[in-house]
Amino acid sequence: MRTTRILGGLLLLAVVGAGGFAALAWRSELDPIKPPERSAFPPERIAQGAKLASLGYCAQCHTAAGGKPFAGGYPLKTPFGTIYGTNITPDPETGIGTWSEEAFARSMGEGVDREGHHLYPGFPYDHFTRISADDNRALYAYLMTREPVRAEAPANELPWPLQFRPLLAGWKLLFLDQGAFKDDPARSAEWNRGAYLAEGVAHCGACHTPRNLLGARETDRKFAGGESEGWHAPALNEASTAPVPWDQDSLYAYLRKGVSEDHALAAGPMAPVIRNLSSVPDEDIRAMATYIADGMGERRPAPPAGAVPAGNGAATVYAGACATCHEPGGPLQFAAPVDLAKATSIAQPDPRNVIQAIMGGVMTPDAAAAPLMPGFAHILTDKQFAELTAYLRTRFSGQPAWTDIEGHVARIRSETGSAGGSSTRIAKGE
Amino acid sequence: MITLSVNGRDHQVDADPATPLLYVLRDDLEMNAAKFGCGLGQCGSCMVLVDGAPVVSCVTPIVVLEGRAIRTVEGLGTVDDPGPVQRAFMEEQAAQCGYCIPGFMISAQALLERTPSPSDAEIRDALKPNLCRCGTHMRIMKAVRRAAGFMQTADAGATTSNGEDRR
Repeated sequence: MRTTRILGGLLLLAVVGAGGFAALAWRSELDPIKPPERSAFPPERIAQGAKLASLGYCAQCHTAAGGKPFAGGYPLKTPFGTIYGTNITPDPETGIGTWSEEAFARSMGEGVDREGHHLYPGFPYDHFTRISADDNRALYAYLMTREPVRAEAPANELPWPLQFRPLLAGWKLLFLDQGAFKDDPARSAEWNRGAYLAEGVAHCGACHTPRNLLGARETDRKFAGGESEGWHAPALNEASTAPVPWDQDSLYAYLRKGVSEDHALAAGPMAPVIRNLSSVPDEDIRAMATYIADGMGERRPAPPAGAVPAGNGAATVYAGACATCHEPGGPLQFAAPVDLAKATSIAQPDPRNVIQAIMGGVMTPDAAAAPLMPGFAHILTDKQFAELTAYLRTRFSGQPAWTDIEGHVARIRSETGSAGGSSTRIAKGE
Repeated sequence: MITLSVNGRDHQVDADPATPLLYVLRDDLEMNAAKFGCGLGQCGSCMVLVDGAPVVSCVTPIVVLEGRAIRTVEGLGTVDDPGPVQRAFMEEQAAQCGYCIPGFMISAQALLERTPSPSDAEIRDALKPNLCRCGTHMRIMKAVRRAAGFMQTADAGATTSNGEDRR
């Protein structure tokens, strides 16, 4: 009797729990609309939306390689699986043509599509929720006046049970801090503008803030350094180990031109960010630089670099492959964009960006010309990559030695397919 | 001494192990097809194949090349018996000044060994590391398409392997 009652109670609890969760997870469908005409939007609102879309580099994750802009299909690789950017052109069947302004604003602020499905936080609505109503209207106007493209994005590749979208309601309950940005009255207008952009549409923290096991940003470690598509996203706070501390001017130069001579050249996932920012006005770039610089804290002296043991084989590789460009006084008197002793990448806690740059080479931020630096994927074996990476760390930075360089080299080699025709032979070091 | 395998022949090279391959090819082995363009790995005129992959020899120290199969334009054919890529570049008159052409031929060779019938987009992508400032890009494109055709016919395949006169 007693057992039955306990079982009954448990069953009741389960039903109520499931019911409560269903109630929490359930979101209404918003009525479809007829795709609006271009004339429905004032030109200045469309122009404002264009600027915001560049700040948010929407096109990056919503455009497949070689595909039409905003038509979706970009594979965003996350630790949980691959999520494909959706079609956000105004195509009524496969895009957002039937979305009302209200449905668009709800997706940005709450991560719910027009039909009421929860969206994966690979779409950074945890940032976009800070965007003002006016700016969402502008983004809507811009996207709804793009060329409609009929294109179905591939299905996401996620393990069980993550395909089950109602689970995301629980994620949001735990991690989504909903609501538009509020100015800090103690700060300057420029700082607030920068904070609004960086925390909202530009979603800097999506990569530069570490994430927990459930893929949510660790908000108490804001900008402490994260990752993106096999690259390390360096710390943008006092945890930065850059030998020359970043400041407002260097951040501005980097965001504006893609290079700060005393720090870094934009590469990897940051290169398309810089490309998109090229159409953003100076004052917005300056504002973001002001805000980020403010969070980077006091200047600290960099520890002196250590001595490299004599007879190091990597030193020979460095002399033949790297020194021409990276040492002053080479035969062509060519100066590399960034002095290695000042490079943020060599001083940061994670070796991946250095390995990525040597393996895949470095393009100009606009990716229009031939590579600035050739990739050495076909030239060096994994062992030689690891030795050269360790050599660069010891010679050009006083930071502690990197660990598991070999593991990173092997992973980057397999993830980027940077091996070419003779991959296996090279990878095995034969 | 470092042993380098170039075009199927071993060469004993007495040079500083940090020396870039390009200097060894031109100065020690008298193989002058690969050209010194920028010396920075940016222009592609020094390209050679290493284990079938195109690499910029001006920034590739010989210390990493022991036991690797190096192939230069000299290894793609001879004056009397040009290989399919060489023949296609000549027939399309793809060279203007010609300085960059060996690098383009190496990129094309690597592409066609990997992808026998490349699309135009694949050709452009493969040739991206090579610069030409005379502006013969359209002829180079045609030459690569023609070379793809040669390499797929028994004729071209037979002549490159046994040196049979194709006229």
